[in-house]
Amino acid sequence: MSIIKPKDLALTEEKLAPGHRLCPGCGEPTTVKLVLKASDEPVIVCSATGCLEVSTSIYPYTSWNVPWIHSAFENAAATASGVEAAIKALKRSGVYKYDKVNVLAVAGDGGTYDIGFQALSGAFERYHKIVYLLLDNEAYMNTGIQRSGGTPSYASTTTSPDGKVIPGKLQTKKQISRIMVEHEPAYVATISAAYWQDLMQKSKKAFAADGPAFLHSFTPCPRGWRHADNLSIELCKLAVQTCIFPLWEAEKSDGKMVYKLSAPSKQIAKNPDKKKPIVEYLKLQGRYRHLFKPEEKTELIKQIQDWVDTEWNIILERCGEK
Amino acid sequence: MSKIVKQEMMGMNGDTACAYAVKQCNPEVVAAYPITPQTIIVEVFSEYVANGEVTTEFIPVESEHSAMSTSIGAAAAGARAYTASASQGLALMYEMLYIASGLRLPIVMTCVNRALSAPINIHGDHSDAMGARDSGWLQLYCENSQEAYDTIIQAWRIAEHKDVLLPVMVNIDGFILSHTLENVSVIPDDAVKKFIGEKKIPVVKKPNGELTPYILHPDYPASIGAIDLQDYYFEHKRQQAEAMNNALKVIKEIGEEYGELTGRTYGLIDPYMMDDAEIAIIVMGSTAGTAKYVADLMRNKGVKAGVLRVRSFRPFPRDDIVKALKNIKACAVLDRSMSFGSYGGPLFTEIRSSFCYECDKPIIVNYYYGLGGRDAPPNLLDNVFNELKNIAETGKTGEEIRYLGLREGEKDAVNYKAELVSFKDLNTGKIGGK
Repeated sequence: MSIIKPKDLALTEEKLAPGHRLCPGCGEPTTVKLVLKASDEPVIVCSATGCLEVSTSIYPYTSWNVPWIHSAFENAAATASGVEAAIKALKRSGVYKYDKVNVLAVAGDGGTYDIGFQALSGAFERYHKIVYLLLDNEAYMNTGIQRSGGTPSYASTTTSPDGKVIPGKLQTKKQISRIMVEHEPAYVATISAAYWQDLMQKSKKAFAADGPAFLHSFTPCPRGWRHADNLSIELCKLAVQTCIFPLWEAEKSDGKMVYKLSAPSKQIAKNPDKKKPIVEYLKLQGRYRHLFKPEEKTELIKQIQDWVDTEWNIILERCGEK
Repeated sequence: MSKIVKQEMMGMNGDTACAYAVKQCNPEVVAAYPITPQTIIVEVFSEYVANGEVTTEFIPVESEHSAMSTSIGAAAAGARAYTASASQGLALMYEMLYIASGLRLPIVMTCVNRALSAPINIHGDHSDAMGARDSGWLQLYCENSQEAYDTIIQAWRIAEHKDVLLPVMVNIDGFILSHTLENVSVIPDDAVKKFIGEKKIPVVKKPNGELTPYILHPDYPASIGAIDLQDYYFEHKRQQAEAMNNALKVIKEIGEEYGELTGRTYGLIDPYMMDDAEIAIIVMGSTAGTAKYVADLMRNKGVKAGVLRVRSFRPFPRDDIVKALKNIKACAVLDRSMSFGSYGGPLFTEIRSSFCYECDKPIIVNYYYGLGGRDAPPNLLDNVFNELKNIAETGKTGEEIRYLGLREGEKDAVNYKAELVSFKDLNTGKIGGK
């Protein structure tokens, strides 16, 4: 696929208009705008309940320059299934003007890892031709930073606070994208706004895929992660550089899912010295402050590092880099 | 007066009658999940799909919540969408029921009425649909399989009427209708197609005053399901209430138009020998058939008995019911569900409050009956008429809230009044155990 130039980006229509009410530094609109720009065909968006939905659609205003529907929290994939099926049937009856319309379901980590997982799993098993975009900011941010299945270990949230006895979330982050690969859909990829060309190319692949596609976006939340507004893209980079969020894709080839490491992560696989320690990523975020103050909790930080290493090795293995 | 269309008699149970009607309507999308006693609908419809008898996209979803979510997505994208459910399935859909009606999407659903857990029970009562009575769906209750077939066809016209634009739930009693073979007159496919017509898209006014079709369409980028706060939500709900009110007229009009086509006319209520009746049973669903039979027997004995079947529970035809009952001396409202903690069942409370400001009102008593599929045979309804006769003659109401066909006063586990013990008592063997 050809390289996308910044000029091309500037010249394509904004499908999510400015003036929405998402926070400064929020990772969501950057990702959504880029993903939408990657669609060459008309696109219909099905949003789950969440920050993106409430901040872009406060009646009588809307930021959406594309057809957009929100119905509930746990059902973005099911709603998208209905839209896809309707278009298929309407095309068959000859009343539909467009030959190809992309259907994009968008949900956060709560709406994907937890409450929306059943609908997502069902839609992928039924093989609807939809693109599911997970905006993973690692907690229920819209309701006020509660822990989700996507919250990583020892992150402090309002339902996994760092207390005198318990140092944040005790469990590890669910590996949702690998679970989605096991559904054997057409396409799965992890994306990060810091690597926007990679993001857009993967989005194009997702829209072109001959079946369901899953895009997992690493999506910083300055409010929830308690970091400075201007550090969001920096954190996107660091997440890839520390390998806590590696960039990879998996495509169906001859009926088998084939994993492939994407360039930014591949560089690290080739030069392991470039892999930064996780502490560099953790220390920029207030949600991990209790790991450093009043004294550094070396053992807990080591546990996080070990987890990152283990998961990174799994990805390297899957991608045939080991 | 138009000519009645030629019809074919088919042997079908209520579920098959619904599936057959849906086949003739050929909606773009059917999304459903199997649940007893609705399963025959999805099974039969799947066969139609497999045999190419419909062009519908059939989506065998992974849950009822997704069945309704998918129907919502499909309807918003401009499709006709149908689903069917019952009991726990309807309960799982509950969140989405309000969203379907709030988004004003004309989805059609068959609810094969079944009791709600716990205790689990697969048989017919109205608990499931009554739980959804405030969800903004029209609720029509059918007396037999013929009506189920007829109502599915009418439902699209009612739901998609520009003054309504609300989803319609067609209720049929679990097993009693869903699984019982009856003669059903069906009209030809092309007559159904002509009657329901092509799906039209409503044109609405955007907040900026421009007109737009209400659909997810690339050329008209509307935002459907926006967040609607203190400044607009109330007005939108008022519109919804207005649409429900409009449905009173539309159900009648469509029922009459259908009558001209088929010879079977439907309305909001179905009065049976009510013109000169002195006592009456008011009931919904299949029990109306038994009640009418018993009323005939009472008439043979010289008792002026009648039956008022309520076909439309939502919208509630208050005026029609008051008019139908105004000369009645005593009537019994039969409720096949409970509103726990309420003074009487859902149908009873509606009917009683309908008479609040009426000068002439009958004595109204309430009978709970048929829960969990408990049979309501003619002799039970005979008892009701006899009790009504007594109330009418003496003017004494007696108990207002009664139970029909319930075993009471038996000394068994069902009637044992529980005592409380502490967790520690379990360890000491205070109450037996292993």
